[in-house]
Amino acid sequence: MKTFTNGILKENPTFGLVLGMCPTLATTTSAVNGMSMGLATMFVLVCSNVVISLLKNVIPDKVRIPAFIVVIATFVSILQLLMQAYVPAIYATLGLFIPLIVVNCIVLGRAEAFACKNNIGLSALDGLGMGLGFTLSLTVIGAIRELLGTGCIFGYNLYSSQYGALIFVLAPGAFICLGYVMALVNKKIKG
Amino acid sequence: MIYFLIFISAIFVNNIVLSQFLGICPFLGVSKKIDTALGMGAAVTFVLTLATIVTYLLQKLLVMWHVEFLQTILFILVIAAMVQCIEIVLKKISPSLYQALGVFLPLITTNCCLLGVSILVANGTYKLPGGMAPEGLLCGTIFAFATALGFTLALVLFAGIREQLSMNKIPQAMQGTPIALLTGGLLAMAFMGFSGVV
Repeated sequence: MKTFTNGILKENPTFGLVLGMCPTLATTTSAVNGMSMGLATMFVLVCSNVVISLLKNVIPDKVRIPAFIVVIATFVSILQLLMQAYVPAIYATLGLFIPLIVVNCIVLGRAEAFACKNNIGLSALDGLGMGLGFTLSLTVIGAIRELLGTGCIFGYNLYSSQYGALIFVLAPGAFICLGYVMALVNKKIKG
Repeated sequence: MIYFLIFISAIFVNNIVLSQFLGICPFLGVSKKIDTALGMGAAVTFVLTLATIVTYLLQKLLVMWHVEFLQTILFILVIAAMVQCIEIVLKKISPSLYQALGVFLPLITTNCCLLGVSILVANGTYKLPGGMAPEGLLCGTIFAFATALGFTLALVLFAGIREQLSMNKIPQAMQGTPIALLTGGLLAMAFMGFSGVV
């Protein structure tokens, strides 16, 4: 249980560990986009954590990083094909950032820091927790940007979009929004 | 003329860091000093241009054998192997260059601007000014080189600001990453001014 909640709260990938900034900034133009990116990353995290923890005794120590990358890249390719087949619209919106999950530091980081030292059950839980934490923070940032930028949350209109500040949907809004949310989280945690 | 437009577009208008969000990790990580920022930029420029050429040619093979779905795995392996080879070759051929770039080379493998740009160029889906259709290796190489220069520019500018920033008093909750992100936001806003130039 502790392993599971660790990723959501204490070591949240975005706010605690500050990993995986590229997708966090790029795909959070709306709450739905942020959530789909988070879920996609979670899929890869859980699968790669399980497989790497299974293979931890087989992989020689010296070539472990390339081996991890191959495992991760395999699951990303599977994910790409699955998404192309079943959710082509989301695949088109997230575009380049799906293959880029391979170089997302969270996935490799968890493989190196957790999965190669723990058993399958714990590794799966860790992947699930980290993935949920990542999904949560991406959804929150996406929701804030969507609300400020267009006046909607998850596509439901809250106020007229003519009062929205378009800048929050564009590139600078991503940086500024994430900066303030992170400062807020810091303030809450560290007092 | 067209190549010049690609250059301007990739460096300023569609800056890889500030408008495409690729390579944010080094942007936040190694931008505390101008020297290290320049080193990182040079290493990325070197590897990105080479990697793009190699992966572009490999993509032709993938298409020929109808195994396009292997793209992600193949590209990341090729990039990782290339970074290793470049490191070994540089160490032999030019120790001084190796001294300058050495620390940054291993970091480059997980820099998403490498894999990102290779995939963009190989698939021919990168943005060019005026809705021009990208084609050919030369076009892709120039795009990759200019993109890397844009990365260096953003990194060096940001490092310059952060050097000044470190001497100022910042509220405790904002210290570190939050203030860096806000500064990045302002820089991105400045770069938005270039939109529509080409």
